[in-house]
Amino acid sequence: MRFLKHLTLTAAALATAASLSSAQADGMKLKIGTEGAYPPFNNMTADGKLEGFDIDIANALCAEMKAECTFVTQDWDGIIPALQAGKYDAIIASMSITDERKKKVDFTNKYYNTPPAVAVPKDSRLTGVSPADLAGAAIGAQGSTTHANFAEARYTDSTVRGYPTADEYKLDIASGRLDAVMDDVTVLQEWLASEDGACCKLLGTVIPDPAIHGEGAGIAIRKGETELAAKFNAAIKAIRANGVYKSINDKYFTFDAYGG
Amino acid sequence: MSTSPTAVVNERIQPALPPPLVARRWSGTRTVGWIALAAMLGLLGGLSLYLILSWDLELITKYGPKYWQGLQITLGLVATSIVFGAAMSLPVAMARLSPNRAVGALAYGYVYLFRGTPLLAQVFLVYYGAGEFRPELQSVGLWGFFRDPWNCAVFAFALNTAAYQAEILRGAIQSVAKGQWEAAEALGLTRLQAFRKIILPQALIVALRPYGNEIILMLKGSAIVAIITVLDLMGETRRAYSRSFDFQTYLWAAVIYLLMVETIRNIWERLEKHLTRHLRRDG
Repeated sequence: MRFLKHLTLTAAALATAASLSSAQADGMKLKIGTEGAYPPFNNMTADGKLEGFDIDIANALCAEMKAECTFVTQDWDGIIPALQAGKYDAIIASMSITDERKKKVDFTNKYYNTPPAVAVPKDSRLTGVSPADLAGAAIGAQGSTTHANFAEARYTDSTVRGYPTADEYKLDIASGRLDAVMDDVTVLQEWLASEDGACCKLLGTVIPDPAIHGEGAGIAIRKGETELAAKFNAAIKAIRANGVYKSINDKYFTFDAYGG
Repeated sequence: MSTSPTAVVNERIQPALPPPLVARRWSGTRTVGWIALAAMLGLLGGLSLYLILSWDLELITKYGPKYWQGLQITLGLVATSIVFGAAMSLPVAMARLSPNRAVGALAYGYVYLFRGTPLLAQVFLVYYGAGEFRPELQSVGLWGFFRDPWNCAVFAFALNTAAYQAEILRGAIQSVAKGQWEAAEALGLTRLQAFRKIILPQALIVALRPYGNEIILMLKGSAIVAIITVLDLMGETRRAYSRSFDFQTYLWAAVIYLLMVETIRNIWERLEKHLTRHLRRDG
């Protein structure tokens, strides 16, 4: 067991999905809610395991807090109600910290902050990402997200269409129903680098609007659980300081996803 | 047998009183029934109270117009699908009744497929499936149709409801007594005349209720259409919820769906009364 404990703690950064037994009999038990359809942050592997940046960060935070964590996957639309219903204790699913969400849940400090971007088909004649450049275009985004809200608020001369998950807008831009898609730059890059993304190219990043996009992605917890929030914040600070964050970051990105 | 023909009955038979009403016993089932009824009324009252107490004019003025747009999409979608489905269901029902086994099997296969798989899967397959076959569809000039999500929704819904409506129609036609066909033939009517003037009117009376149910099911089933980006009433509701995180957005949607179903139910009640007026015993 000692060996196992040692192994787990040192390998925390590389720990894969599923439950992480940190071998802490006296430690707290946490259920983490995530979506499982948002690569490279959280997605299912072909054999049904969770993986991604969010999952690795969650495992690292749990190891840091000496907590025993299990993951629960939940559709995005119901991810906050299920937290409130007590199906899990925290959401680690690239959820942007926004004022509207703050009315319903509490957030920890951000654990990453990457800008939104626009991708278009390779033969697209679009040249810019401003609302004027995309006037008249059909823009796809995942519904109920900050990206969809931003597109609807700013790109009023375009047709904004909301999809259940990122998978569907990818299908629709590949088939030519959409002229452009908007999402987090890292999500788009991951997709464009894959075989499915062969249809398209990155047009450029968009300057985020803090009022809509928030200050970055945080961990959502039920209102009033300040003790848990404090523990998460301390753990985020710790993994930033001890290099665990960097080793996870470098596994996925060529830049520091934590942002400025 | 041996009553003499001269026998006369002199006494009037006294009308008998109906047997006295026996008080129904208070059984366990009745208790459970009343408790369930009370629980449901309580829930309904609680939800109504919630809607009244959480009355939020800002929310309603902000999302009300969106709901109205969504409602129009829902009604248009369902009405179009039902009409196209009805048009398609007649030949399918005929094929189901056909003595030709190949034709019958084909129609059965179609009905089996569309009744045996979820509407959600059908809509998803039509929309995203069509996207996968864009070059082929373009070469036959159909991409223009399948590019639009609304068209794809109507296409899938109409195919789905046609399968159900064909079965309703088939059952209703078969429920008309064989003697009606024979009587029509005896009168020298052709089969088409017999079908149009004698069989179908009687079959439609039988089919009326199931048709009403099918429209109601379609109306509620259409709520899945947001997965292909058509923002119907349910889609607008989800969007409103994702903005406001206010639970009452869903309650309002439920109330609107309930009103629509209740309207259809009332129209159907009247239709049935009108069509079956020759069967009424009073008046």
